[in-house]
Amino acid sequence: MNQAKLPTDLAPEADLARFSDRVGFFTLTAKEIKRFWNVLGQTVTAPVVTALLYLLVFAQAMKGRAPVYPGVDYTEFLVPGLVMMTVIQNAFANSSSSLTQSKIMGNLVFLLMAPLGAWEWFAAYVTAALVRAVLVASAMLAVALLFVPLPLHAPLALLAMFLLSGASLAVLGLIAGIVASKFDHLAAFTNFIITPLSFLSGVFYSVHALPPFWYAASHFNPFFYMIDGFRYGFFGQADVPIALSLAWAAGFLVLLSTICLWMLMTGYKLRR
Amino acid sequence: MNTSPTDALSIDGVRKAYGKVQALDGVGFNIRRGEFFGLLGPNGAGKSTLINIIAGLVRADQGRIGVLGHDTVRDWRSARRLIGVVPQELVFDPFFKVVDMLRIQAGYYGCGRESWPWIDEMLVKLDLDSKRNASMRTLSGGMKRRVLIAQALVHRPPVVILDEPTAGVDVELRRTLWGFMSELHAKGTTVVLTTHYLEEAQDLCERIAIIDKGKVRVIETTAQLLNRHPFRFLRIKLANEGLLPESLRPLVSGEKNGSIELRLDREKHPISGVFTALRAAGLDLEDVHTREPDLEDIFIELTHDHSRPAVNGGVR
Repeated sequence: MNQAKLPTDLAPEADLARFSDRVGFFTLTAKEIKRFWNVLGQTVTAPVVTALLYLLVFAQAMKGRAPVYPGVDYTEFLVPGLVMMTVIQNAFANSSSSLTQSKIMGNLVFLLMAPLGAWEWFAAYVTAALVRAVLVASAMLAVALLFVPLPLHAPLALLAMFLLSGASLAVLGLIAGIVASKFDHLAAFTNFIITPLSFLSGVFYSVHALPPFWYAASHFNPFFYMIDGFRYGFFGQADVPIALSLAWAAGFLVLLSTICLWMLMTGYKLRR
Repeated sequence: MNTSPTDALSIDGVRKAYGKVQALDGVGFNIRRGEFFGLLGPNGAGKSTLINIIAGLVRADQGRIGVLGHDTVRDWRSARRLIGVVPQELVFDPFFKVVDMLRIQAGYYGCGRESWPWIDEMLVKLDLDSKRNASMRTLSGGMKRRVLIAQALVHRPPVVILDEPTAGVDVELRRTLWGFMSELHAKGTTVVLTTHYLEEAQDLCERIAIIDKGKVRVIETTAQLLNRHPFRFLRIKLANEGLLPESLRPLVSGEKNGSIELRLDREKHPISGVFTALRAAGLDLEDVHTREPDLEDIFIELTHDHSRPAVNGGVR
């Protein structure tokens, strides 16, 4: 084996030239992807099976009901909502569980001591969560399309809604991971915020079918716009205009990103 | 104090409080390039807080720290690339194999595949080669400690900080670690060590700072520290039963296995005086042994004498 050259043979300034900022970002992204890839059955297969069970049960239970939109039967209507709900939940779970686990195990010190900036942390965690979201969405659509034909009306809007929503929830997961100091905190975040907001977002119904109060309340739920806009990409029909959904999703992402980057830059709850 | 590139670490007026507890109270000193430096102090003295501030894990309330002239706050990226820290806690990532963990850690620092031969070399030097593909969760405590050491060195930092690296590890790992560290030091790496095994610090460190209650009590070369002690120790075992003369009783510093240890001031208490007093009391000696003070004696004296003024700010 060749003897590796020690850095102390070099002047410190020259020594710094051997490091690359990009490598740090790509390494953290690859590590975060590998983390969920190592337990794919738990991180991708399980949520896809759960969502497909929802599809099976609801499609059977609601069989024969009038189409939700003209020309769109209930089973077709259900698929995009379920896909987006799974994306939302898994993008959140990916970044939040990774960060919380590292905090509790203590191995977050390896990242905190490394020369990685707020933007690199942010981009790496969001990218990894989006990769998991793509896998989950692709697997769900691949299985669903065997039984439910889906049109593709506006692919760009579909992609934009997917990216904005997945990224928003990845960022929210990062925020939850930063704030949580034990798994109980994370469970509370999931059980009292993510799950209720996703179930009350029009996954299983059109908000037009709701009583006036809940109809109005739904319009303050960002998940509603994520699902509605995503559904528009398939059918060209939705409860609210696509521009409004895109604006809500983008605004939500900007707001959360601002909060998250502030936390990362100041070391909030990370550096004492 | 300037953050001079001629110093491996320049620490200037660092203060940190946790609530009402002042963990660091204006700590300041420099560590020269290429030094093997000991940072000693009792539990809770502030050593780990200082190391955590250097590493970027904790933010100082006041003061500045430079690593080879790079400020750890304003120029944090360069500063972090120039140091490697072995944390005190035995932390690991259970998702990865040993070699993957080391490659990931190298990547965090911006080192790509060119660092892999160095990783392979470290695996051999730290007796980890047989575990390179083992999952981190399956390793023993000692093996995990070796991986932690390798992780700190993976980006080949010119300044290495070891926070109690030998706490609870076996003799073999200590030998392996100190052999490896001495080799790196011989090639110019600055090594900063905190340890509760004072004989390690005495054997390895060129200079030592003793911190207590958040202040630097003393900072000197190891030889100066050892010479500053005005005492020597005389252990005697009496051949016959009898009471120690009144004049010697205040000098007793310990008793063990029938032997009595006396702490003698080099100036005031010549050994011949002890023998004279014993003979006058009709006591015969079965065994006699003298001992020079070691770092432990000095450490205990310094950390128990809080009336001594602390040495802070710009001491070299």
